[in-house]
Amino acid sequence: MPAPAALDDIKVTPQIVAEHGLAPEEYARIQQILGRDPNFTELGIFTVMWSEHCSYKSSRVHLKRLPTRAPQVLQGPGENAGVVDVGDGIAAAFKMESHNHPSYVEPFQGAATGVGGILRDIFTMGARPIAVLDSLRFGSITPDAALAPEVVARNRRLVDGIVRGIAFYGNCFGVPTAGGEVVFEPGYSGNPLVNVLALGVAPKEKLFFARAKGEGNPVIYVGAKTGRDGIHGASLLASAEFSEESQQKRPNVQVGDPFLEKLLLEACLEAMATGAIVGIQDMGAAGLTSSSCEMASRGGVGVDIDLDHVPQRESGMTAYEMMLSESQERMLLVAERGREHEVFGVFKKWGLDAVEIGTVTSDKLLRVRHRGRVVAEIPADAIAEQGPVYQRPLAPPARSTESAPSLTLATKSADLTSNFRSLLAAPTIASKRWIFEQYDHMVRTNTLVLPGAGDAAVVRLKGTKRALAISADGNGRWCSLDPRTGAMHAVAEAARNVAAVGARPWAATNCLNFGNPEKPEVMWQFSEAVDGIAEACRALSIPITGGNVSFYNDTLGKSIDPTPILGVLGVLEDASRVLSMGFRAEGDAILLLDGRAGEPSADNELSREFASSEYARTVLRAQSRGTPPSIDLAAEKRLIESLVALAAQGLLASAHDISDGGLATALAESGFVSASGDLSAAVAVEGAEPAEFALFGERGARAIVTTPETSLAGVQHVAAQWGLGAHVIGHVTRDPFEFTYNGAVVIRDSPASLRAVWASAIERALLGEPAAKQP
Amino acid sequence: MKLGVVIFPGSNCDHDAFYALNEVLGQPVEFIWHQSENLSGFDAIVLPGGFSYGDYLRTGAIARFSPVMRAVERFARSGGLVLGICNGFQILCEAGLLPGALMRNRGLRFICKHIHIRVENVATPFTSLAIPGQVLRIPIAHADGNYFCDEATLRELQRNEQIVFRYCTPDGRLDPAGNPNGSLDSIAGVCSRERNVMGLMPHPERADESILGSTDGLVVLRSLVNSLARQTAAVS
Repeated sequence: MPAPAALDDIKVTPQIVAEHGLAPEEYARIQQILGRDPNFTELGIFTVMWSEHCSYKSSRVHLKRLPTRAPQVLQGPGENAGVVDVGDGIAAAFKMESHNHPSYVEPFQGAATGVGGILRDIFTMGARPIAVLDSLRFGSITPDAALAPEVVARNRRLVDGIVRGIAFYGNCFGVPTAGGEVVFEPGYSGNPLVNVLALGVAPKEKLFFARAKGEGNPVIYVGAKTGRDGIHGASLLASAEFSEESQQKRPNVQVGDPFLEKLLLEACLEAMATGAIVGIQDMGAAGLTSSSCEMASRGGVGVDIDLDHVPQRESGMTAYEMMLSESQERMLLVAERGREHEVFGVFKKWGLDAVEIGTVTSDKLLRVRHRGRVVAEIPADAIAEQGPVYQRPLAPPARSTESAPSLTLATKSADLTSNFRSLLAAPTIASKRWIFEQYDHMVRTNTLVLPGAGDAAVVRLKGTKRALAISADGNGRWCSLDPRTGAMHAVAEAARNVAAVGARPWAATNCLNFGNPEKPEVMWQFSEAVDGIAEACRALSIPITGGNVSFYNDTLGKSIDPTPILGVLGVLEDASRVLSMGFRAEGDAILLLDGRAGEPSADNELSREFASSEYARTVLRAQSRGTPPSIDLAAEKRLIESLVALAAQGLLASAHDISDGGLATALAESGFVSASGDLSAAVAVEGAEPAEFALFGERGARAIVTTPETSLAGVQHVAAQWGLGAHVIGHVTRDPFEFTYNGAVVIRDSPASLRAVWASAIERALLGEPAAKQP
Repeated sequence: MKLGVVIFPGSNCDHDAFYALNEVLGQPVEFIWHQSENLSGFDAIVLPGGFSYGDYLRTGAIARFSPVMRAVERFARSGGLVLGICNGFQILCEAGLLPGALMRNRGLRFICKHIHIRVENVATPFTSLAIPGQVLRIPIAHADGNYFCDEATLRELQRNEQIVFRYCTPDGRLDPAGNPNGSLDSIAGVCSRERNVMGLMPHPERADESILGSTDGLVVLRSLVNSLARQTAAVS
């Protein structure tokens, strides 16, 4: 049987197949599925759908190992977003996605459309977005002897452009950008990471799914017109390494219109409320192609569409271009035949295009017509579900032969106060105020914990007593040293952060950022990280409801540190019990909650662990790489349970987990964001390890909490119930920040001065100014 | 008594204003679609924050031509109470219902944070429950809040006491440090000469419940409701 002819017939030659990045065996598979050669349009369709980005062909076999089932899970992986039951009849849809490569090529639009894409994934399920978080990774923005000044300058431009892009889209759309995390590490210079997490809510019985159903039902295109932008975004940008020519891929980046998306949101929710919509999916990566064949495949039906009816922004577009366009702010939906006018009415009210472009068929084929001829005819299931699956070779990297790390700790008389100031000025540790003040983080009036004020973002659910907490975390440096342990830490930290605001960890999503999967070491990192996530999620009873894999984060042949980001959603049954990290009142007791109190550790092990800390890297400039801190998931679980119980009983004034920068940093931060801004900590700690380990070590399963004297016994009682160490280490004060170790004061400084260093570091770095001086 | 909250395409604080007036203050509220030209039955109109029509041209520049604005203009000219918040303020300025204009912030960036404003005139329907000089802690969230007008207009505003709110420090001083966006004379909100139209950049609807961190915005919303109640009582 000959391939259907198209007006834009371009003969498919071996060279064209190669240019599309299809492997010879993949092309053979296409021929086998079709029983003939594909035409040019069909080749394009297969290429985008079988790209790494859309098909998960390298990751699929591993992702199966993640735990995805739990009673609260209403929708696991495989839909536009995962959905969980959060009580009171409310379903929460949430998902995270990367937009790394587009954001490097064109920071503003790349980041903006990253936000736009994930928001559509949420509201296509019928859920109104109520919060967005961003996990960002950049290269150094401070002068560095090892880096060319132009690299640092480019990193600064990336920060500026990406932050502006996120602000541009989220602010106009009207969703609070309520939290996230930002890390600066040298390895991300040529490949920043932009991972966006969106959360939405809907009544449980009003969810929508991306399934086409009912032969003869109309297939309706809504939203923005189709243009030539973003063609091959998924296959060329997201599924290939970067080289020096990558800037030429700028035309592959889409352009976002948040205003149009806001209209699309309102119109979709209103149209869904009519009851006339059967299924709906956004046109994200691979646009019309993915939405049509995935909806058909999931519904077990076929779809017959005519491109002549597709609203077009420019003339003369070929079928190939229309099927592959990634123009933003578009949706495809299936309505009930006879009720389509109800849908058209709503979209007309909002001033949006809504056009019937085809019908649902029973033949399970994706049939595409253009100018009166059939230009593609492919089994929908074959494109969406029968893509190649690779068990790629895995190989652990050569083991480091490092025995004892060569760490030069500060001498006894060294000025740890000065080192502490340097740590607070490190962009990863410093205040992110310059970034989050550019985001509208309060719109919709649900934000209970403002960015920077707590360990997780918290949004209340109006009409109920509940609130949802959400945190996104990851540590690429640790994952590069030991991907399995590093990934477990990512789960544990995100869960701890959610618990620190008083919420019970409930479900998780992820965004797995890795290098080229064709490299066996990268694939090994990936496999290890997946196992780490699976183990930690099982131990902490957190189901994974979906996620996103971003491979090919390589520039000029060098892969990024493996960076799995975990987004953990938590439920707070009583929103009024929400906790933030800021100290509340002078005189409150400061307790160190430690899930591993009293546990002995070998000196060697402690040194190796310390070598991988933020302090060792940025202040001591340690050459040794070390290992991530060992992890004890049972201890993490005890800490989480205890934090949730303490919050529910209203026993705490504040809570803050200990992570980057260690105990000293956590204490200082709680002072910086205290209610009046001038509270501080005076603590005394005993230990056998060097002072710097106690101050800046990043071992997990710990948090600092404060409580008024009257509740102290209650706090210690709850902690004891969970087998947790809960020692009073000091109190909240208006005096200078003071840290005493084994009887000697090791840090003492004015809170205002410390705060100034921490508060201004990022803005100064971006402006190329040195950190704030000692007053 | 009934309040109306206008929905322009791109309004995104419409639900928040509705919630504050309806759920927090328990008042009857209805949404008004931007194509409606009929405001009969409404006693006060709120133009909410957001990005009307995308605000790609100049904030509020397109919204002022929408059908509902013709009705709002008639409503205002006949003495009806109109409150514009953020984008609503920008629209009222574009429509000529309030003097001046809102330019890009001095720092050229969007700013979202709690700031302080001082009540400069309590003899308006929107501040009647405030104490003269009262300092309110209320969030702002805008890229274009830098108030500007020519000198003659400024003198007139000062003379007529049309400046309702000024940005200030937490202790109520007028100081460049307390002026987040570079507004002329630290102006955060102005009213019409007749006092029945007021616009401000800060968001009182975001500061009306203690769980949100501030209840200072209630002064503005309660004053509006209170003024309406008195008006209605006087008529009946």
